[in-house]
Amino acid sequence: MHIAEGFLPPVHAVGWTIAAAPFVVHGARCVVKEVREHPESTLLLGAAGAFTFVLSAIKLPSVTGSSSHPTGTGLGAVLFRPPVMALLGTVVLLFQALLLAHGGLTTLGANAFSMAVVGPWAGYAAYRLTRRLGGGLLGGVFAGMAVADLATYVTTALQLAWAHPDASSGFAGAAAKFLGVFAVTQIPLAVGEGLLGVLLFRVLTVNARPELERLGVLRPAPDAPHALSRDQAPALSRDHVHEDQRAQASDAPHGGER
Amino acid sequence: MRRHLVTALLVLAVIALFATPLLLDGGSEYAGTDSQATALIEESDPGYEPWFESVFSPGSSEVESGLFALQAALGGGVLGYVLGRLKGRRTAERVPAPPAEP
Repeated sequence: MHIAEGFLPPVHAVGWTIAAAPFVVHGARCVVKEVREHPESTLLLGAAGAFTFVLSAIKLPSVTGSSSHPTGTGLGAVLFRPPVMALLGTVVLLFQALLLAHGGLTTLGANAFSMAVVGPWAGYAAYRLTRRLGGGLLGGVFAGMAVADLATYVTTALQLAWAHPDASSGFAGAAAKFLGVFAVTQIPLAVGEGLLGVLLFRVLTVNARPELERLGVLRPAPDAPHALSRDQAPALSRDHVHEDQRAQASDAPHGGER
Repeated sequence: MRRHLVTALLVLAVIALFATPLLLDGGSEYAGTDSQATALIEESDPGYEPWFESVFSPGSSEVESGLFALQAALGGGVLGYVLGRLKGRRTAERVPAPPAEP
């Protein structure tokens, strides 16, 4: 999904940069706010950024005989809502544009728009829709991750078709060509990314339950020791947990010991 | 036990998904879609001249794959660190509480 440096005409380059900039600035604010108000989120924010970093570094073969890389932006979109990924995704793209000659500075706006804005929002919408329809957390995560990946590549194809319409068939013909390169190759990769997301969430639901409950990804289980509102214990004090467990072990009503 | 089985099956599915193309069609070049798109532009729009060059290009493909590996290593390292800390935290929480006061 990296449009190569210089391959968008100046008008498009400037236009996409202007279009993406407010999302990235807003995303940066969201990240700062999240870290300031919920320092315990820093770990998971790091995980979301790291996941995008790994996945976008790896080119995977597809049945079409070409290779492409996943985006990994769905994870952060599901956990922290899409704005956060506008910043994290753009950081990844900047790293690749500066050090790897992958993508570019003039195409950073367009690439950020597809990977850091459209992808996360489309993935988040798919996640919410799947959960609303009763697909459960893991079903939602699978849909969110896969759609975020695929939507990114569809956007890139349309951006390229707009900038380089076909001489005879115009935008539609060019879109069909670029979609043929990007979207078809991407389908198995999107499925793989969805499966990776499910794997990761299976680990997180066990080990990061308090965070997931606070972020609204998991509903607090009434019988779980973490069910108490974390607002009162933001630092996840171990004493609180033990207190809860003791309260349960002795079958005392909640708050009886306190 | 069932949990581990599901995890193993998921991992196998991911591996199979990306190993199958390699097994089915060993002769393919697996060119990146990004460069295919660039080639497509040059073919359909031969008059187009890229108007900006990358500020820095890795000199050789070896250096380039090294830098990609570095990117993956950074991401993988941080991800492993976070998962390790979360796992360790949970283990610590499950350690029995010190003997309750009478």
